[in-house]
Amino acid sequence: MLRITVNGKLVELDVDPEMPLLYALRENLGLTGTKFGCGVGLCGACTVHLDGEPVRSCATPVSAALGSSVTTIEGLAKGEALHPLQEAWLDNKVPQCGYCQSGQIMSAVALLEENAQPSDEQIEDWMQGNICRCGTYPRIKKAIKQVATSKKG
Amino acid sequence: MLAFEHLDRRAFLKKTGLVGGVFILGFGEATFTGASPGLKSGESGQLGVFVSIDSQGQVTIASHRAEMGQGIMTSTPQIIADEMEADWQRVEVVLAPGHPRYGNQSTGGSASIRRYFTYIRQMGAVARQMLEQAAANHWKIKLEDVQAVKHAIKNKKTGAMLGFGELASAAATLEVPSVENLRLKTEDEYSLIGKDVKLMWQEQIVRGETVYAQDINVPGMLIACIARPPVVGGRVKSFDASEAKKIKGVVDVLRMKDRPLPADVNPVSGVAVLANTSWAALQGKKKLKIEWELGENARHNSESYKQELIDKVNAPGIVARQEGDVHSHSFDPENTVEATYTLPYQHHMPMETPAATAYFEGDKCIVWTGTQTPQWGQRKVCQELGLDEKKDLDKVEFNQVLMGGAFGRKGKNDYTLEAVELAKATGKPVKVIWSREDDVQHGFYHSIAANYFKAELNKDNNSDFWLQRVVHPPIGWTFDTSKDRPSRGNLSQGFADIPFDIENLSCETQTLTTHVRIGWFRAVQNVHNAYALGCFVDELAVKAGIPTREMWLNLLGSDRHIDLTKEGFEGWRNYGQEDPRHALDTARMKHVINSVVEKSGAEDKVDKNEGWGIAFATSFNSYVAAATKVRVSDNLVKVLEIHTAIDCGLVITPDRVKAQMEGAMIMGLGLASSEITIADGAIEQSNFHDYPVLRYQHCPELFVNILPSDKPPGGVGEPGMPPVLPSVVNAIYHASGVRLRHMPVTKTHTFI
Repeated sequence: MLRITVNGKLVELDVDPEMPLLYALRENLGLTGTKFGCGVGLCGACTVHLDGEPVRSCATPVSAALGSSVTTIEGLAKGEALHPLQEAWLDNKVPQCGYCQSGQIMSAVALLEENAQPSDEQIEDWMQGNICRCGTYPRIKKAIKQVATSKKG
Repeated sequence: MLAFEHLDRRAFLKKTGLVGGVFILGFGEATFTGASPGLKSGESGQLGVFVSIDSQGQVTIASHRAEMGQGIMTSTPQIIADEMEADWQRVEVVLAPGHPRYGNQSTGGSASIRRYFTYIRQMGAVARQMLEQAAANHWKIKLEDVQAVKHAIKNKKTGAMLGFGELASAAATLEVPSVENLRLKTEDEYSLIGKDVKLMWQEQIVRGETVYAQDINVPGMLIACIARPPVVGGRVKSFDASEAKKIKGVVDVLRMKDRPLPADVNPVSGVAVLANTSWAALQGKKKLKIEWELGENARHNSESYKQELIDKVNAPGIVARQEGDVHSHSFDPENTVEATYTLPYQHHMPMETPAATAYFEGDKCIVWTGTQTPQWGQRKVCQELGLDEKKDLDKVEFNQVLMGGAFGRKGKNDYTLEAVELAKATGKPVKVIWSREDDVQHGFYHSIAANYFKAELNKDNNSDFWLQRVVHPPIGWTFDTSKDRPSRGNLSQGFADIPFDIENLSCETQTLTTHVRIGWFRAVQNVHNAYALGCFVDELAVKAGIPTREMWLNLLGSDRHIDLTKEGFEGWRNYGQEDPRHALDTARMKHVINSVVEKSGAEDKVDKNEGWGIAFATSFNSYVAAATKVRVSDNLVKVLEIHTAIDCGLVITPDRVKAQMEGAMIMGLGLASSEITIADGAIEQSNFHDYPVLRYQHCPELFVNILPSDKPPGGVGEPGMPPVLPSVVNAIYHASGVRLRHMPVTKTHTFI
């Protein structure tokens, strides 16, 4: 049995330790908010937090998460209360198809936790691993800046 | 089943029925049928979009068009709710499954509102009028003496109000008014149309709660990964699954049925690994040893094919449209511009790769998928199972979920049919998942294309002699291998429908052999035609020494409506739209061109190494102009800003029009960097590293200008794309003096 903490709950997994975390989350734990996009860490759709750090769960074996704490998109809101970035996503009407947005939000949360006041360039730099084919980048940038600015105030 | 159970029609009826006193309406394409709660409203066989109201006044509207990110699940219900006078806060939307009773569900061609606006409004008006009638009956007054006002019916004489919920069960017993007796709102009465209402399902998306085809989970299902022949028309010669079967979790390995050409939207054969987990299926697929019989398309190489296209497009062709006589004219080399442009194959690359689930309950096949064409899919599943498409249609329950992007790719149900084939073969629920490599290498590609122009400038900086040709593999080949040239419909997309006032004009095409599946890609043939024309007009302007805007305005000529069937283009199709208010209108064209230039400052002075490019395209009954500013030094290109101006007629949801334009600019600019190439019949790209799409650091500032219009709604999902790429390429010329005619830009330049 492999033990990891997911969204605050300790879970036991009977899986191949080399299996990417993505499939453990989606298929063993039913947390389908984390998405498959490329399978090789190129698109960011599968981004989750591993002990607070953003990782591409499609390229992170379950063994790398042993004893660690994983946060997925489902663990971001506190019940009814959305995370400020999720709120900012709604304010800016960011999603189109929505498929990449879990990964985008998880990356953005990690960015603001590391750098509460990122510049435009820092946002672009940090977020460049997350692809959106619908083209929601300008709105994502706005949403991130909205939260950063409100923190400043 | 999981959280998506509420999408199921039976569950929908059950759910709404629970509250009691419920009003349910269903509509067919031509006839309206109402049903009281006691009756199962689906049984008439005529029922389409459902509008229901429960006794609490909760309105539920089924979104019958497929949602792929364009926002139709907000916009269509928004129109219905407006006609109903429903309070948007009390409207809930569910996705309709595929079934003819919903009317046309084929979601492509930017058609949902463009072609069905009035029909959609009628749905809302029927519901409103029945509620009004119920209220009039209650007060024993005439229908004219009541009026729907924000989720209630008002007695105009006394001012008394009855809520929708209070009227629901009475309204449900009334006869459905005929279309002739409906009163539709006038434009000044719209309460929701044109307003930025709250978008449907956004909160579920940011919570990670929405369900896509990849997320479907059916108890006991197997997950399948399929190794497909690398060449279209290829097949399995032999295979060895012994290593694959050693992977823990792999349950079975099956050879898929061989499928002869035409490709149609059928699966492409191969070997399927079925497993208990995605990971086991993916690993098992890697362990397969397959010997392929590649077939004759293995001789296809896109590099030599491109040269074939260039050669053909430079030789006399088959005339699609002709006016006057351009061929006996001797062009004055001093005033003539001649150019050939090419755009490579492209791929849709939706973020969600194809996936579908199928299983059987008795003799009923249940499908869960995300497709742009649910009814076509339902019919194809019937064919696959040897069922009668009419008689047995209800033996295929075709459930729809959200699509994680589509862009035309998911108009083809090959992946859905794979799931059905495997569910039938195994007798178990099967979910087929495509890896990104599968997606890139087994797509329905946007045609590689070559466009040629030769035009002579006259003393007024206009042209009287214009010759143009296009050569590309046609979509038609995918469905019929005898198709060897673009169809009239293809040629109506930015080629032979060129809206210029030119006395001597010839538009020609040529035959060609096709070797890969060609499909619809956002804006379809407009992509390469508008790219080539947009660049050529810029080249003419440079030759004439005038601003590109002026060149466009000269060529477009006087304000007029154009009927191309009277201008030498037999078989012209205005995107299936016969309404005269959708006539090709040069005044609207000139207006978007002028607007984009004025708003962007594209004719202002720029710094050294900087330049503006503009381009224009009309498609799907909308008009879009783009202006792009770039800085170029040492073949390094920085795109600084892109502007678009769109006239798409009446706007329903302004924010979603803006979002589509933003997306179109990003995808359009992405075309400058991407290409699908083919060696020995096989696609050479495999994932985001070698088929790059635009990322953050290459996304410039974007500006959208939606022009007010008194015309009916045009298309929105696609028309933004075509003018973007030529505006970028023209900007590079004006910044650097380097004229690029063969895409992608990244062959010679690097975006920074």
